[in-house]
Amino acid sequence: MKPSSFEYVRPESLAETLDLLHQDPEESKVLAGGQSLVPMMNFRLARPSRLIDINRVPGLAGTRVEGDRLVIGTRTRHLAVQNMSGADPLARLLRSAAAHVGHLPIRTRGTFGGSLAHSDAASEWCLIARLLDATMVVESRARGRREIPAADFFLSIFTTAMEPDELLVEVSLPRLGDEHRTGFAEFARRAGDFAIVAVTTDLAVEKGVVTHARVCIGGVADTPFRSGAAEATLVGQRLDDDIATSPLARAAAEAAASEVDPPSDAHGDAPYRRDLVRAMLTSSLAQGVAR
Amino acid sequence: MIGESLQRVEDPVLLRGQGRFAADVTLPGQLHMRVVRSPVAHGRIRSIDTSAARALPGVAAVWTHDDIADLPPIAFRLTPIESMLPYRQPVLARGRVRYVGEPVAVVFAESEYLAEDAAELVDVEVEALPATVDPTGEPTPWLDAEEVAWTAVEAADGAGRDNESATIHLEYGDPDAAFAAAAHVFDVDVRVGRHSGVPMECRGGSAHVDAATGVLMVNGAAKVPFWNRDAIAQMVGRSPHEVQLIEGHVGGGFGPRGELYPEDVLVPLATIRLGRPVRWVEDRQEHLTTCNHSRDQRHRLRAAVDETGLITALDGEFWADQGAYVRTHGATVAGLTASMLPGPYLLPSYRITGHVRMSNKTPAGTYRSPGRYEGTFARERLIDAIANGLGLDRIELRRRNFIPADAMPYRRPILAMGTELVYDSGDYALLMDRMEETFDLPTLREEVAARREAGELVGIGYGWFVEKSGLGPSEGARVMVDTGGSALVTTGASSVGQGVDTVLSQVVGEVLDLDLDRIRTVRGQTEHFNYGRGAFATRQSVMVGNAVLESALAVRAKALRVAAHHLEIDEADLELVRGRVQVVGTPGTGLGLGEIAALLEPHRAKAIGEEPGLTCDGWFHSDHMTYPYGVHVAVVQIDRGTGKPTLERFLVGYDVGKALNHLLVEGQITGGAAQGIGGALYEEFRYAEDGQPQATTFMDYLMPTMAEMPEFGVLVTEDAPSPLNPLGVKGAGEGGTTATAAAIASAVDDALSRPGSVTQTPIRPDLIRQLISEPGHEQSPNQKEH
Ligand SMILES: Cc1cc2nc3c(=O)[nH]c(=O)nc-3n(C[C@H](O)[C@H](O)[C@H](O)COP(=O)(O)OP(=O)(O)OC[C@H]3O[C@@H](n4cnc5c(N)ncnc54)[C@H](O)[C@@H]3O)c2cc1C
Repeated sequence: MKPSSFEYVRPESLAETLDLLHQDPEESKVLAGGQSLVPMMNFRLARPSRLIDINRVPGLAGTRVEGDRLVIGTRTRHLAVQNMSGADPLARLLRSAAAHVGHLPIRTRGTFGGSLAHSDAASEWCLIARLLDATMVVESRARGRREIPAADFFLSIFTTAMEPDELLVEVSLPRLGDEHRTGFAEFARRAGDFAIVAVTTDLAVEKGVVTHARVCIGGVADTPFRSGAAEATLVGQRLDDDIATSPLARAAAEAAASEVDPPSDAHGDAPYRRDLVRAMLTSSLAQGVAR
Repeated sequence: MIGESLQRVEDPVLLRGQGRFAADVTLPGQLHMRVVRSPVAHGRIRSIDTSAARALPGVAAVWTHDDIADLPPIAFRLTPIESMLPYRQPVLARGRVRYVGEPVAVVFAESEYLAEDAAELVDVEVEALPATVDPTGEPTPWLDAEEVAWTAVEAADGAGRDNESATIHLEYGDPDAAFAAAAHVFDVDVRVGRHSGVPMECRGGSAHVDAATGVLMVNGAAKVPFWNRDAIAQMVGRSPHEVQLIEGHVGGGFGPRGELYPEDVLVPLATIRLGRPVRWVEDRQEHLTTCNHSRDQRHRLRAAVDETGLITALDGEFWADQGAYVRTHGATVAGLTASMLPGPYLLPSYRITGHVRMSNKTPAGTYRSPGRYEGTFARERLIDAIANGLGLDRIELRRRNFIPADAMPYRRPILAMGTELVYDSGDYALLMDRMEETFDLPTLREEVAARREAGELVGIGYGWFVEKSGLGPSEGARVMVDTGGSALVTTGASSVGQGVDTVLSQVVGEVLDLDLDRIRTVRGQTEHFNYGRGAFATRQSVMVGNAVLESALAVRAKALRVAAHHLEIDEADLELVRGRVQVVGTPGTGLGLGEIAALLEPHRAKAIGEEPGLTCDGWFHSDHMTYPYGVHVAVVQIDRGTGKPTLERFLVGYDVGKALNHLLVEGQITGGAAQGIGGALYEEFRYAEDGQPQATTFMDYLMPTMAEMPEFGVLVTEDAPSPLNPLGVKGAGEGGTTATAAAIASAVDDALSRPGSVTQTPIRPDLIRQLISEPGHEQSPNQKEH
């Protein structure tokens, strides 16, 4: 469990980072929190010949509000997101999702952008990015800055639309008005484990009627899965106070469960994952309404 | 001092991070060993090309079986059944690989990194063969005649062997007659999953030959250093005194850690052959695929029951999945399963057949409560089935079948670990009464029933069990008081972290009236003592504790005798108080123990006709084990949508005869229960059809964490001291584990209102969810028409 040999560089600026990535994109890897990359190197599943440590690069961490967008710097630690202030639906959603990411030591080191770049389909941040149609801002020496919508960003497990010479710089999310009801629910065998199935929802509700619905599911496909069927079921419907037991939640859960085509593995077979989709979707919806 | 809840003397060093674990020892000029392991579960080795690895700068040597062909397979330490000899493991794979992780070659290099680089360059070509992953069917061919001839020269008969390496049969009474006369017959077919003790500290060690003395020094010993010293000496061709094993701190043992594995032979051998210190530290992935697995048994049991609910006979068969080789434990686990299966019940007739079957999985050995965890799960599932079938309360049925207190000592005409099975003492009904009262079980049951009435899936479950402890035959101790008045206690004990230094010190402190900081213990050092059976079978407090008592008493007697002589006072007028022999009731008079030790300087001792030194050896011998007993009570709540079980409360009642230190006993029970809960709900070494292990990291092998632990309640009682030793003590190490799966299964059944629904562990949420979505049967599936 020792990595194969590699060169380690620690640039002090964004420009230097992009230069380094430009020199040798195929053999280099960006090191952010190291909470996914370092274990993979120790197992020798990843063998970069050069590690570019971005932990000293200024300007990559922290959040800021830009009009109706919240911009999260790539190196913002999970814990910083969990500690974010704000009573708006987006801040609440981010905080409750952050609490599910691993354990405290992992949240202290691991980064928001690192999770997205890593592209694990059960990752909380990948789900949220896909749920809210986030925009990923990436930069390279060769192509400069470009924006990739979440719908195009996640290609498969551990694979994104970023080129090897590109650095994820920041992520922009839409801020949500008070009419939004958000929720995040996940199932794992133990506290802190990667979710077997996770569901996050965002409903816009006006006068008790759902005007806009987004449902994103993790653990059922190679990338975060937006359930068009569940969303269609919800839009235009009136929300009950006790949503958990309502026919609407049941209908949405059924719609999502029949739409997904989950894998079977040691953590659960496809029928069980469908059951989990039903349970997590219901619980995510209930969280939104309970607020 | 005995019995007091004193804090552990071991802890300050550990809490300051000053412990010395296997990986903390590094030696100048050391080579690092890395094992090349089989990537397939079963296959013929076609070729091993080590040339590229050898050519890598910094690589000192690369070995395959050919380089160590003179080494015999690793011997049995316990339960050496003759039929098992051919199934032993070669130190490096010989022609065939039988599990993923099996050592095929080994690399020695200047750094751990280089060693891993070189290991990757070893090109092993294996022709894959079909793998056996469920060996509970008919036996299949396993060893060919040539393999039998190599592993067991004496057993060679020109024939191969199938995968049943041993068959265990125990029987007494007349089971056939009992079944013929039975009013009811019940049966179960249940499985306990494959899991094991996974200590925080992985295996590891280092060795060097001390140039000044020529002695082979081996660090990283644990559990059984004396047996391992003899075995290593034999395998490397030295006399035991030329080999010294050194036990440092040990980060958990639990059964697997400390046994003699192939790597433990390779390290000292390479030190001798390469003339350099050699170090090896296992990584977690290696640990999960190569250190002993355990459990993994299937039981088919049936019970004959009369009109009153009395079980007149227990009969059945079980299969133990031994994995690819039989290691040091021989048939210990299956043997214990068979002998301890009857538990706390009378059972006038009994018959069991155990099949120890080989498979293409990591070899198995003992793990905390070996054989009893499995057997208790199966038996208690059966007892619940009987209670349900007869419409009797689960506790009431157990009470009707308990061995009554006035029948103690109770002899079952069978053997356990080579000793006669005599339950030395016990009052099972009394412990149940105490549990009812201490934890107000009647109210707890009402609360659970009320919640279930209100729609929750919540239930309560019970598991009763008898443990065993204090396996002999012998242990010794030397207590020496120096001229400073402090005591040095030297024994053959081993510590796997369980606090043995503390309890041994307490025994000495009690007898010599010394504070613990005046007492130092030496254990696990083959240089300082010459005999020690080791830290297993919950035997240290019983065996070493009583040996220490014996030697401390002898030291006290000697101190009083010498003081009486010196002071010219009658011995009867003297007492030992706070490390001083004084005139009865008169502090400040007499002699301190240190002064007495000075009087015993060899020349002066000779003058008064005493052996030199204030030091005495003590021995304790025992032909019989002691039998502690207990009950586990679990409260489980289940989430309907996901099937996820939450263990809300876990209560343990355990009678240890005499607790040397209540704090430590409770710690042992709680820690043991945590491990049992892991096996009941989370941990499992699963295998794919082709024998690929599915749990090789902590992402897939789910150790429970603090967050998964329930609210614990522990009741330690001392109602049945053992008549077999002066301290009256029975072991406390394993009773926290034994019935966890049984109690939790019983609670899940209860929560689902479906008796008999849980038939396997771990009780995963997907399995529970499946039970929830099936149409429920109120009638037990276990009752057979008679
Ligand atoms: C025990 C454990 C439990 C965990 N549980 C969870 C969990 O429940 N949910 C969850 O989501 N995660 C979990 N994680 C993973 C953790 O959240 C990681 O922090 C995260 O996946 C990666 O972030 P990182 O900053 O550590 O990235 P790193 O490990 O440093 O990098 C990950 C990958 O992203 C690339 N990368 C990183 N930053 C950039 C960038 N700015 N531009 C381009 N590429 C980049 C790296 O090159 C690498 O390929 C867990 C980890 C552990 C060890």
